[in-house]
Amino acid sequence: MAINWFKYSAPSTFYALAGKLIPWFAISAAMLFAVGLYIGFFVAPVDYQQGEFYRIIFIHVPASILSMFLYLVMAGYAALGLIFNTRLSAMMATAIAPTGALFAFISLWTGALWGKPMWGAWWVWDARLTSELILLFLYLGYMALHSSIDDPRRADRASALLAIVGSVNVPIIYFSVKWWNTLHQGSTIKFSGTSMHVAMQQAMFIMLAACWLYAIAIVLARVRSVILERERQTKWVAELPEVRA
Amino acid sequence: MKELTLFGMLKLVVQRDMTLAMRRRADVLTTLIFFVMVVSLFPLGVGPEMEMLRKIAPGVLWVAALLASMLSLGRLFSADHQDGTLEQMMLTPQPLAVIVLGKIIAHWMVSGLPLVLIAPVLGIQFDMQMETLGILILGLLLGTPVLSMIGGIGAALTLGLRGGGVLLSLLVLPLCIPILIFGTAAVDAVATGLSPVSHLSLLGALLVLALTFAPWVAAQALRISME
Amino acid sequence: MTGLDIWMRENPLTYVWLGSYAFALLIFVVELVLVRHKRKLTLEQIRLLREAGEED
Repeated sequence: MAINWFKYSAPSTFYALAGKLIPWFAISAAMLFAVGLYIGFFVAPVDYQQGEFYRIIFIHVPASILSMFLYLVMAGYAALGLIFNTRLSAMMATAIAPTGALFAFISLWTGALWGKPMWGAWWVWDARLTSELILLFLYLGYMALHSSIDDPRRADRASALLAIVGSVNVPIIYFSVKWWNTLHQGSTIKFSGTSMHVAMQQAMFIMLAACWLYAIAIVLARVRSVILERERQTKWVAELPEVRA
Repeated sequence: MKELTLFGMLKLVVQRDMTLAMRRRADVLTTLIFFVMVVSLFPLGVGPEMEMLRKIAPGVLWVAALLASMLSLGRLFSADHQDGTLEQMMLTPQPLAVIVLGKIIAHWMVSGLPLVLIAPVLGIQFDMQMETLGILILGLLLGTPVLSMIGGIGAALTLGLRGGGVLLSLLVLPLCIPILIFGTAAVDAVATGLSPVSHLSLLGALLVLALTFAPWVAAQALRISME
Repeated sequence: MTGLDIWMRENPLTYVWLGSYAFALLIFVVELVLVRHKRKLTLEQIRLLREAGEED
């Protein structure tokens, strides 16, 4: 097992592996999206309090969860890259950031759209939404730092450190924002207190899986471009069929 | 020659940086003036109604302190970086973290402490009461060093980069939000008759956390930037 | 904004679909296009590099 790991930590082998995996992840993501949306819209019943509006959660909640999860994964790869000095780990961290940021953005947007029918305002300083906004800032800061540094090695290592510092801060930020929110009796965007209907839970879970698979597919696709760029001077890249074409 | 202890090294670095800062008194003053100006902009923007100003005062003062500290952080390492002193510092047998801590302490004494001292005057402009002013100062006293320390990490990461100052703020401000929240919450607590102790202790805890880790992280960041 | 409010309450599903899902779909499509575009550019860049190298 240990040997296999290190084989795939070489950019050239990983490039090939990723290329083979992407279609599988993409197709399963698409199928799960279809199933999830079907259950979410046609099987799950209308909510007692929120009517049809609650159906936003089937994209809002997975997007939120994924934006947070991706940040941790990104920080994990960043840490691996710093500790073991593996180039591929750093490349993965860079590839994850835009996807994480976009999920955070979707979470914020859908959160606002959910808030409007519930609270009458496009934005309420709900603790979770506010933390999500700060998470978006952390992603943007990471990407800004990485693109400001010309030397790729320094860029990778500096943004890796930033990602790790950020991930340590995320629980502190979340806790303090929650405190701040209750202090000021802010509104909480929450699903109805009653337990969720089984179909709602199913739809939520399926959509979460769909987003997760989509994220893997798109990150793998992005990291392939990153690998190509970093390894452009090497022989194995020069001999790739897509380059020779 | 007498060998230099860690504490001796710290003292040396602090003294050196303070001396250098004193030679460029203008830099120190501009941070202070910026702080005063930003605070004064708010009443101009939102109107002079005392009731409202009293409510927003802690928030305004804290945000202005945050921004003013950000401004001066770019200078933390840049001068030494440009004349090669930073490289020398990285080659000394003493841990780089100690040197970094010394520089951050000096930076705070020159950019953070003056803000803390002038804040009560500005607070009075916002009709803040005596007890709230006291808690404000205490909070700033605990919080501004943390700002300097987190800022030190940011300054190390953005060393020598174009667009450095704004990028630095972009990186550091989200990380400073908990301090902002607890600092203002402490003042609000006193204003409504509750105890500010929990908020202030959280600030204290963050200070201890920062003191323990930030200099070391900033030193790592410096090494990354200087490779 | 009350016109929007009324429309929203009368067409909740359309609101949800257009506002959230269509939007999310748009983001995904944009992301996909960006990734593919980046790949295209990178491949072109490498080809140019190869040709420049082969001229020596």
